[in-house]
Amino acid sequence: MIALTDVHKSFGSKQVLRGVDLSVARGESLVIIGGSGTGKSVLLKCILGLVRHDAGTITLEGQDVTEGDRDAFLARFGMLFQGGALFDSLTVWQNVAFRLLRGSLKRPKAEAREIAIEKLRRVGLTPDVADLYPAELSGGMQKRVGLARAIAAEPDVIFFDEPTTGLDPIMAGVINALIREIVVEMGATAMTITHDMSSVRAIADRVAMIHDGVVKWEGPVAEMDSAPNPYLRQFISGSAEGPIEAVR
Amino acid sequence: MILITAPLAAIGSTTLSALALIGRMGIFVGQILSHLVRPPFYVREFGQALVQIGWLSLPVVGLTALFTGGALALQIYAGGSRFNAEAVVPSIVAIGMVRELGPVLGGLMVAGRVAAAIAAEIGTMKVTEQIDALTTLSTNPMKYLTVPRVLAATLSLPILVLVGDVIGIYGGFLVGTSRLGFNPVTYMENTVDFLEVWDVTSGLVKGAVFGFIVATMGCYHGMNSGKGAQGVGRATTNAVVSASILILAANYLLTGVFFST
Repeated sequence: MIALTDVHKSFGSKQVLRGVDLSVARGESLVIIGGSGTGKSVLLKCILGLVRHDAGTITLEGQDVTEGDRDAFLARFGMLFQGGALFDSLTVWQNVAFRLLRGSLKRPKAEAREIAIEKLRRVGLTPDVADLYPAELSGGMQKRVGLARAIAAEPDVIFFDEPTTGLDPIMAGVINALIREIVVEMGATAMTITHDMSSVRAIADRVAMIHDGVVKWEGPVAEMDSAPNPYLRQFISGSAEGPIEAVR
Repeated sequence: MILITAPLAAIGSTTLSALALIGRMGIFVGQILSHLVRPPFYVREFGQALVQIGWLSLPVVGLTALFTGGALALQIYAGGSRFNAEAVVPSIVAIGMVRELGPVLGGLMVAGRVAAAIAAEIGTMKVTEQIDALTTLSTNPMKYLTVPRVLAATLSLPILVLVGDVIGIYGGFLVGTSRLGFNPVTYMENTVDFLEVWDVTSGLVKGAVFGFIVATMGCYHGMNSGKGAQGVGRATTNAVVSASILILAANYLLTGVFFST
């Protein structure tokens, strides 16, 4: 469904992506792992067009993502940002229903609110949080609201950028389980970026490891623990010894 | 050799940076103007911006105008008394307020309050990925964040200037009648008799231009904010400084266009 071929991206003299080849099939959940600053977030932003790649091609169902109707393209995506990226000036339900209150997917206000409350319920939040502002919520609740916003318009593809960062292990487990449930239930294609190996095991069908701007290993999650790839082994074990420099 | 080339290289590099900045701002202004006339239009955001920029700036602009009008009356009276021209106080206060001090001080006060607030808000949104989130939610940040603010500032500044003009003239009236011994009726007659419609409208046009500058600088520096608290802080400072300088420069140019004979 999504295919990246020889994708390059530099910021000034810093080469972040040096030829990434990756593909995700429809309905598949791909988790991308790798150290900080290895280009994982940039990769997602290149797919969405938030950052323009320098070379290579990115396609969604065979169509180059840089061509065609951008609104129609973006309408197929939902994204959960690392920090939630909720709009401070809007209430929780207005955040969740943002896409349903404007643009091509616009619905009447009452209907949009109803859908938002239903999505909040789906991520385990009660309707009484609907009229609160994001600043009044805990980190875990903000992630859930972000998740509800990502799925509100029932997208075909959902991106999760470090969904469990900053959460305690129990809340991280809850979010991982929710992501897995929702992806399966919606039949959506998912791409997740994480450092958290418990997230990888809970969410992934397939895993890709990025280091130095290229994919060093890619395969089914079931084969991850037995794969001999030294980069992957070092990352999973969290060891300072290995091909990945501890001080980068 | 390097003693000759190094200063030249520094001049060249500075010139290129300045030209690049002008180019980026020109493109930014072009994008604002193009989005102004193309749907969708975010009416709710425009209404909120009107309240934030226009309504909530009224106390600041009003107080500034009141004290400026009073001080102007005292200054003109003291200066005019050197050549027995104290009687010109009402007309000079009125003309000074509506042509120059109302729009310029109003613009500068709004620049301090609004450009800083806009740059800080949009800069924080950028740092916390809210701008990226807007894009992924099929909403153009230029259209949603910039256009309502620029339009609201451009339309509300002339109204603020008009209110400031009235309050400033009233400040001069209060000082003139209570401290300088002017007859209230004569003061008002002198104010009205010497004031022309163009004096007022030129000030309102200036107000609209200054409003556009204030919001555009706030949005530009917010959208181009660096990372972290320091980046947002720098964006806020740059927004206020650049808006203030551009207001003073635009005021000189507009005054030249409107009143040079």
